Amino acid sequence: MIERLARWFDQRLRAVSALRAGATKVFPEHWSFMVGEIALYSFVVLVLTGTYLALFFDAGMERQPYTGSYVPLRGVEVSAAYRSALDLSFDVRAGRFVRQVHHWAALVFVAAIVVHLLRVFFTGAFRRPRELNWIVGVTLLLLAILTGFAGYSLLDDLLSGVGLRIGFSILESIPIVGEWLAFGVFGGPFPGDVILGRLFIAHVFVLPLLILGLLTVHLLVIFRQKHTQFPGELRTEDNVVGDALWPTYAAKSVGLLFIVAAVLAALGGFAQINPIWLYGPYEPATVTSGAQPDWYMGWLEGALRLMPPVEVVAFGYEIPSLFFPAVLLPGVTFAGLYLYPFVEQWVSGASRREHHLLDRPRDHLVRTSLGVAVFTFYAVLLVAGANDIIADVLDVPIGVVVGVLRVALFVLPVAAAAVAVVVCRQLRRSDVHAGHKEAVRQAADTH
Amino acid sequence: MDRRALVSRDGASAPTAVAPLVGFAVAALGAVGFVVAYVVDAAPAAYGAALLCAFGGLGFGLVTWAHRLMPAGGRVEPREHMAVATAEEDRALATIRGQTEPLPRRRLLWGAFLAATGATGAALLVPLGSLGPAPHDALRRTAWGRLPHPRVVDENGRSVRPGDLAVGEVLTVFPAGDPGSANAQTVLIRLPDGVEVQSPGRQEWVVDGLVAYSKLCTHAGCPVGLYVVEEQQLFCPCHQSAFAVLAGAVATLGPASRALPQLPLGLDRDGYLISLGDFPASVGPGWWTRP
Repeated sequence: MIERLARWFDQRLRAVSALRAGATKVFPEHWSFMVGEIALYSFVVLVLTGTYLALFFDAGMERQPYTGSYVPLRGVEVSAAYRSALDLSFDVRAGRFVRQVHHWAALVFVAAIVVHLLRVFFTGAFRRPRELNWIVGVTLLLLAILTGFAGYSLLDDLLSGVGLRIGFSILESIPIVGEWLAFGVFGGPFPGDVILGRLFIAHVFVLPLLILGLLTVHLLVIFRQKHTQFPGELRTEDNVVGDALWPTYAAKSVGLLFIVAAVLAALGGFAQINPIWLYGPYEPATVTSGAQPDWYMGWLEGALRLMPPVEVVAFGYEIPSLFFPAVLLPGVTFAGLYLYPFVEQWVSGASRREHHLLDRPRDHLVRTSLGVAVFTFYAVLLVAGANDIIADVLDVPIGVVVGVLRVALFVLPVAAAAVAVVVCRQLRRSDVHAGHKEAVRQAADTH
Repeated sequence: MDRRALVSRDGASAPTAVAPLVGFAVAALGAVGFVVAYVVDAAPAAYGAALLCAFGGLGFGLVTWAHRLMPAGGRVEPREHMAVATAEEDRALATIRGQTEPLPRRRLLWGAFLAATGATGAALLVPLGSLGPAPHDALRRTAWGRLPHPRVVDENGRSVRPGDLAVGEVLTVFPAGDPGSANAQTVLIRLPDGVEVQSPGRQEWVVDGLVAYSKLCTHAGCPVGLYVVEEQQLFCPCHQSAFAVLAGAVATLGPASRALPQLPLGLDRDGYLISLGDFPASVGPGWWTRP
């Protein structure tokens, strides 16, 4: 049956030779190589659940009294967007489950991308010839964050409305064009009556299409360049050792797809997330305390909270303090990510040869400690995004928490890098005792 | 789930298909459960449990199938190095060169083509101007200055008298005709008896112990929603900026750098609160050409 189908296609497209190349393709095995696949499969879940949600969601901003089945909000003036999100939560059968799976999948999607990026960074998988795919991957991270923000901003609940207000202020803070940019995006002064419709198109069409396109490129490049592998028995720069795509790797990978779907379904079923009915509809003059954005925006939230009140005014023009943590920091962050493979190549002066064997983080002290320091920096920012909750729980004045975190932001990365160096040295020593000749040779190389 | 099937991978016994079969059976039950959950309009947990079984069973089945019954690892495939120029590459470039070089050099033509393409591309961006109106002075003014001496109203549009607020009470107020306005939102505070606001030249903006400040945080534009009576501070719950109510709402803590603008309050002949004009400074966060 399958063979007849294959022949049918081959006699129209001459595609079977490609099928053969694909089926015999070898994929190396390591648990850390699955993280990128988790991101991919979360995206599959996002597209499926998101399509279902889009069949019911209405991004309209015109307000009417709510008449649905959630009693506490009956009679309250709400936008069509908020009303349809409530309907999805209470009146569409299976709607709340799908909403929650979608939200959890978004959190896992970005998390898996970040962990995947860390794996690629610490093992040096970004080196030639994979700088290309590093750039595609960093762009995917950026798009994933933007899609997530656009998505949770659609529901017009109190939390997301305040987030959009902050977004307007951030656009406003950009030098020279900020005021025009903010008015362009929002169609006038905040909040206006078009922003949700525009975010909707961005969230369900423009951004997912870009992600799908770049994801395809990302996979094609992996397929073309073949996956990296850790050094070990039989494994050299000139081969790939592992499972054949058909049937072993395919079975494992599709199995992982189902496991990711199972975990996301369980999260969506058992762990309530973003209960917008408890937040209430957005009103420009209303706000709640203890409000945090989704986790992948937390580092920006923390940067906003830790930034001292410096406002640059020169020649009658102003750069508001908001610009530095909200525009400059993410700009520098992504510029640094994009450029890192080239900077490392340039600074280390290493040969321009290809690398298909992965570094073990312990063998690359400079890169590993730098990565640990930078990661710690963003982790402190993420923690700072919840500084009000920390102050509340510890019963410490908020000013003290901010002060401590400002110091920690610069001290902890240095300390963490130092710890990383010690741990790497220790691990290398244990390699020697264990008689890993390969590791010893590599350690000698790096010095 | 059948653990033995997994454990026996070491080759202790002949491979069996028990584990994957158990997985697929669980998956089939999960699929039935999902339909049942839908038919009875169950809570999200039921859907979650059903799909955990369905997808989890499928995943377990496939992975154990692969582990137990499929060839594991050891396949070696040679890898092509790409960081060297190949004969194919040279041939391709030579072909292109061969088809280009007989043509006379047309620098002007190329330049004109690229310039015209660029100009057309730039022209196509112009309609983006329709996305939003010119800002004009929309950020500089609020609805408080639209009409002379508007009454102070609450969110429902009701006019406010000084007696409506007890000591320590706050009320979010708007100019008459624009209740709920995003950028004219103002916080009206009843000060304790005998307390003076220390802001030179603005004592007369306080009426009957009532003082009014813009409710838009000068940091990122959130509503400055918390009033802490004991400290006489307004507090922004978004990024924890604090403003001293008795000192002209200057920023005392957190990322905000500017004071909340104060609204000049007055009374009309009927004893209702009015504003004597717009805020003396722009409200909310800053921007490039903020006056």
